[in-house]
Amino acid sequence: MSNRLRQTPSQTLGPFFAYGLTARQYGYDFDQLADGRIARDDTPGLRVRVAGQIFDGAGSPIEDAMVEVWQADADGHYPDAAAFDDHNAFHGFGRCGTGADPACRFVFDTIKPGGHDGQAPHLNVILTMRGLLLHLFTRIYFADEAAANEADPVLALVPQARRDTLIARLVEPGLYRFDIRMQGDDETVFFDV
Amino acid sequence: MSGFSRLQRDVQPGLIDPGYKSTSLRGPKSPLIRIPHRLGETGGPRFGAGWVGAQDADLTRNGRCNGEPLGERIIVTGRVLDEYGRPVRDRMVEVWQANAAGRYVHKSDQHDAPLDPNFRGSGRCVTDGEGRYRFLTIKPGAYPWRNHPNAWRPNHIHFSLFGQGFASRLVTQMYFPGDPLLQLDPIHNSVPVDARELLIARFDIEATEPEWALAYQFDIVLRGPDATPMEA
Ligand SMILES: [Fe+2]
Repeated sequence: MSNRLRQTPSQTLGPFFAYGLTARQYGYDFDQLADGRIARDDTPGLRVRVAGQIFDGAGSPIEDAMVEVWQADADGHYPDAAAFDDHNAFHGFGRCGTGADPACRFVFDTIKPGGHDGQAPHLNVILTMRGLLLHLFTRIYFADEAAANEADPVLALVPQARRDTLIARLVEPGLYRFDIRMQGDDETVFFDV
Repeated sequence: MSGFSRLQRDVQPGLIDPGYKSTSLRGPKSPLIRIPHRLGETGGPRFGAGWVGAQDADLTRNGRCNGEPLGERIIVTGRVLDEYGRPVRDRMVEVWQANAAGRYVHKSDQHDAPLDPNFRGSGRCVTDGEGRYRFLTIKPGAYPWRNHPNAWRPNHIHFSLFGQGFASRLVTQMYFPGDPLLQLDPIHNSVPVDARELLIARFDIEATEPEWALAYQFDIVLRGPDATPMEA
């Protein structure tokens, strides 16, 4: 530890990130690295939409958060550097602000990832917003993968009573709902990765 | 593969900070659950040189409509390193900021200060072989916010970096030396006192362009692949 450099401290995203990080989504004249469409037209796999709201400790939906997703492909492989050489390839990365939707939802249109390394299919999530000084990590698992979830070594680290906060509910075929609660009895589980 | 070095809690802010009011309903209260390295995700998005356009790093040009943006032109440059001093090469750096008057292009910014039709205030660049990035921009103005009576944010530029993997993501803000608002700013002061200097750029006469623009150096240290044996 002693001769390591000190990390640069984190600071909040603030409320005004949209024209920098999610410009196209919010209608500003600038492009963005990634949006909520993670799967391309030709990406193999089961098409799914994962959407939800983020609630603060008073139960109000948060309108100035940004959600990022990093996921494996349908075979459970994460995209490598070469995938990013092709702008139209599957990159496994999505980014969505919550302020462009009237209900403050984030929406990701993607394919269901395959299991990876003995872990159940899941989306890795980075969550950041005004009022959050350090971004948070969580995971989105899928309710219709009960057996895989039961065997997942990361879910096993989570007290049984809180595991449900990490599992997206199947609303209808192809549509999952995943709400995030920052505080309260059903506060979402966040990870130290 | 081993994982990433852990977050250095002694330099990082907390999730709930009494001075920064919005954290009170947004910071989670339960302890984070640690994922051991062997189960963590080591990859991450790899946006490299192919992902920046010709003017993306020049904020004095990339938002022009019918002339030059107003304000003090500055160069902001620095190196992105990991904790072991290794350069973080070919990795994305995104920035956004207020204009010289302290106004953001963002639609919900209500501050009564003028927009500049020739300045958008966002850009990106990719680090070179030594981890160096460089932006040309306009020095951002201070602006009021509603955290407490007569609250003003010090001049700052927002930064977003990916680094080498999912765990090395960083969202932060760069400040300017000598700003009298720094000691009054709850967001800057959320960082432990000894580490606050890490967010303040250094004025650098060597990096200036004579007759053109002053320069500030802001080096950034990210979590990196851990050189120590894998933790349990
Ligand atoms: Fe700001």
